[in-house]
Amino acid sequence: MHRTAVKVVLEGVLDANDALARANRERFDQAGTYVINLMSSPGAGKTALLERTLERLRGNLRLGVLEGDVQTTLDADRLARFHIPLVQVNTDPGFGGECHLDANMVRSGLSELSLRDIDILVIENVGNLVCPAEFKVGEDARVMVYSVTEGEEKPLKYPLMFRSADLVLVNKVDLLEHLDFDMEQFLGNLEAVNPGVSRILTSARTGQGVEEWCSWLERRLPAQRLA
Amino acid sequence: MHELAIADSVVQIASRHANGRRITKVRVKVGHLRQVVPSALAFSFELVAEGTPVEGAELEMEEVPAVGVCRECGVESRLGNFPLQCGACGGFDLEVLRGEELLVESLELEEV
Repeated sequence: MHRTAVKVVLEGVLDANDALARANRERFDQAGTYVINLMSSPGAGKTALLERTLERLRGNLRLGVLEGDVQTTLDADRLARFHIPLVQVNTDPGFGGECHLDANMVRSGLSELSLRDIDILVIENVGNLVCPAEFKVGEDARVMVYSVTEGEEKPLKYPLMFRSADLVLVNKVDLLEHLDFDMEQFLGNLEAVNPGVSRILTSARTGQGVEEWCSWLERRLPAQRLA
Repeated sequence: MHELAIADSVVQIASRHANGRRITKVRVKVGHLRQVVPSALAFSFELVAEGTPVEGAELEMEEVPAVGVCRECGVESRLGNFPLQCGACGGFDLEVLRGEELLVESLELEEV
C-alpha cells in the first residue's frame, strides 16, 4: 500500500481558456474591432438573422463573421454572397466534435481574418443551449437568439446562457399566431434569470425587428466610426 | 456535452501538478450555478484520464451552494433555484458571492 500526500492546487478549470480569451480580446481591442458571441439552440435562426442583418447593414458598418459548426461550411456558404470577411471554424478535429467554440478555436480562425477591416466581428457559435455559455472567446458582448418555437420555460431550464446574455433576440415572432407560445410568461422567465436584460422581438423571415437590432449594433461603435 | 472539455482541462491541470507521480484522487469544486452534470463529468474524466498520470484516479466532486448578498437589505443568504431571490426580504437584486466556482481544489498523490 502506497502512502499518499495531498497537494493543494486551487486552479480554475477554465483558467487556460480564459487566458486565451483575454489574448484574443487584446487583439480585437488593438484592431478596434467590437466582438459579439452569438449563441442559440440549433435552428433558432442565427444565420438567417445574419443574412437579414448583412442586407440591411451593407456599407454602413463593416461586419465580419466567424462561423463555428461541428461540421460543414453550409453556414459560411450562405453568407459568402455578401463578400464580407468570413471564416468557417469546424470543431470536429476536437474530441469527437466539440459542441462549442472555445478561445483557442477562435484564435485559430483569426489568422484568416483581417481584423483592421472589421468594425464588428460576429462569432456565430455552435448551435447549443448549454455548452457555449461556459467558454469565453474574448467577446465584448453576448447576444442570444431564442426562437418562440422553443417554448416559454427554457430560461429556467438552461439559465447559464440566458444569464450571461447582454441582449436576447426573440426570433420567429411571425409564427406566434400559429403557436401557443405565451410571450408574457417567456419574458417573465427571462427576467427571472437575467433581470433587466435587453431584448428585441425579431423575425428573420419578415424582417421585423432587424432595424432595431442593426441600430443596437451601430451603437456598439465609438461615435467617430459612424461619421 | 462540454463536460468532456472540462474533464480534459481537469486532467491537464492535475497532470501538470503531479510532477510525474501517480494521482489517486482529484478533488474538484463545482458551483451550484454551473451547468455541469456530475455523472457526465465523471464519465468523461475516466475517458480522458486513460494513458495519463491521472488514469485510475478517483474524481471527487464537491458542490458549492450558491450564496448571494441582497443589494436592497444587505443580508447574505443561500440561493436556491431561479429566480434567485434574497432569503430575507425576497428581493431579486443580488450579487452572487459563491456558486459559480469550477476549480481543481487538490490532488492526492502517491508518495514514492
